Amino acid sequence: MASVPSERDLRLDLFRGIALWLIFLDHIPSNAVSWITIRNYGFSDATEIFVFISGYTAAFVYGRAMREHGFIVASARVLKRAWQIYVAHVFLFAIYLAEIAYVAQSFDNPLYTEEMGVLDFLKNPDVTIFQALILKFKPVNMDVLPLYIVLLLWFPPMLWLLLRVPSFALVGSAVLYALTWWFDWSIPAYPNGTWVFNPFAWQLLFVFGAWCALGGAQRLARWVNSPVVIGLAAVYLLFAFFIAMTWYFPRLAPLVPHFVSDAIYPIDKPNLDVLRIVHFLSLAVITIWFVPRNWPALKSSVFWPAIVCGQHSLETFCLGVFLAFAGHFVFTEVSNRLLTQVIVSVAGIAIMVGVAALVSWYKRIERQGPGPRPPSTKPGYAGGDA
Amino acid sequence: MTGRILLSLVLLALAGPAWAAAPDTCRVAEPQIERDFALPQVTRAIAAKQLDILVVGAGSSSLPGPNGVKDAYPARLQSALAELLPGVTVRVTTDVKPRRTATQMVKSLIPALAAAKPALMVWQTGTVDAMQSIDTDQFKAALDHGISVARRAGADVVLINAQYSPRTESMIALAAYAEIMRWVALQQEVPVFDRFSIMKLWADLGTFDLYSATKKLDIAAQVHDCIGYLLADLVIESAKPEEPHAEGGRQE
Repeated sequence: MASVPSERDLRLDLFRGIALWLIFLDHIPSNAVSWITIRNYGFSDATEIFVFISGYTAAFVYGRAMREHGFIVASARVLKRAWQIYVAHVFLFAIYLAEIAYVAQSFDNPLYTEEMGVLDFLKNPDVTIFQALILKFKPVNMDVLPLYIVLLLWFPPMLWLLLRVPSFALVGSAVLYALTWWFDWSIPAYPNGTWVFNPFAWQLLFVFGAWCALGGAQRLARWVNSPVVIGLAAVYLLFAFFIAMTWYFPRLAPLVPHFVSDAIYPIDKPNLDVLRIVHFLSLAVITIWFVPRNWPALKSSVFWPAIVCGQHSLETFCLGVFLAFAGHFVFTEVSNRLLTQVIVSVAGIAIMVGVAALVSWYKRIERQGPGPRPPSTKPGYAGGDA
Repeated sequence: MTGRILLSLVLLALAGPAWAAAPDTCRVAEPQIERDFALPQVTRAIAAKQLDILVVGAGSSSLPGPNGVKDAYPARLQSALAELLPGVTVRVTTDVKPRRTATQMVKSLIPALAAAKPALMVWQTGTVDAMQSIDTDQFKAALDHGISVARRAGADVVLINAQYSPRTESMIALAAYAEIMRWVALQQEVPVFDRFSIMKLWADLGTFDLYSATKKLDIAAQVHDCIGYLLADLVIESAKPEEPHAEGGRQE
């Protein structure tokens, strides 16, 4: 059975925290501050970081539980987590409905007669709300949590396999990914189309994260630290950066040879395009090179805000989605000047950090206090969830 | 002083060659317009002094109200082109109906093209597909099909992407559809009128208050007027016979 490392790797919390901030910034429409986020400079975005690290930490936390308490107990805890995420998703949907209903009541600009048709679903709430509860109707930017739910529902058997024959599990995951591309497997959405994040494809990154957590990272260390791999990763990141620049400066587009653009487009986000995976892996290789595991600064207060957000990712993520709604609301109702956008972005991140710190404090006193204790996950540093 | 003159020279140079027609309000968005691909049929039509254009679109190609047809961008495009191309008879016909996806528009394309016999088909699409989250492969196939149908009918194509609509931005996921349109346009060598970025620039610069909850038509009419002008600029620039584009325009 594969071993589970004993101490939580703070880099995971740090980068998951940063990913959550970036997702928040990207989710506020027309936010000038989102220019700083990585999706503008290459193929992958914060979603890849979030899914990979979530897979890693899920294996870290539930892998230990499965080894110590067995399959049933660990599975029960995974499913409880999935249920928590489902409840969080429905809560966010309720807030979304409130925002939509408000816009439908107050806005009637003749320039946007067509666009206002998107509010028509309010006319048959019976269907819409039911479809939302079964995760088929998902408003814009509310696709990550349903993906997470499906990945967790499927995680117990995967984890069981990962603990016994990790390589076989990883290969199986890659085969599922390949078959998904081959046969166009997907999950239908309401009213049309398919899930924005296809779980059959995105599971690969989640399982890869879990595989890394259960000893895979050590096995890869020799490769990840090789100058050749680091060099290739850097070249690929530069290539992706140049391609990304052609999206914003169409003048550069003719510089991309036809065979290259024919080969790379479309970059399929729903099905986790290979270009995106490689981009994420390249980013990871370069990041690991710059930030070693035992980097002292990880315990300094500079990184604490991101780390604490990463350690309470579900709460921070949901809050981020809510704050993105609220930020958009401020833009439409108050002002959308650049200064407002900067203030909204900074204030949103500050609130995320504040709430994450509060959650951290809550969990600490719950562990200390009398009464029934929640199962401890023996985290390495200041708590942290899967 | 010298600095200021230099600066204005630079700005003039940046402003490009032929942007004379558009009203000042629209002009801020001119740098968004670039000549990507040629429009050989339009070039020929202008030379023959008879330019027929068919605008195919959904709801955002029209305006409500009694003056809607006159104020919407297809009519504004016609008058801008007539002004910019003295001596050329410009006729813009439309096939515009709200709530149509690209696939639905393609269905009426053959009869519409046969009736109008245009040198250019201006095709506004993508908004309804995004609202209904139509499968992106289907959207791409519809774009490809529509472009080839137009070309078989002897027309060049210009694509128009979705409007920038700040209030509904958190409800309509336009990005994937805009991406596909850009990619199809690149592959098929078709110019895209990037309405989204242009309107976004107007909103950012305060040219038009697109957040406004007004029910009045004045801003909407001005926006369409500007779109008509800038679209005319794009058509004329792309159809210029001199300085042939390296990639050339595909005819069939």
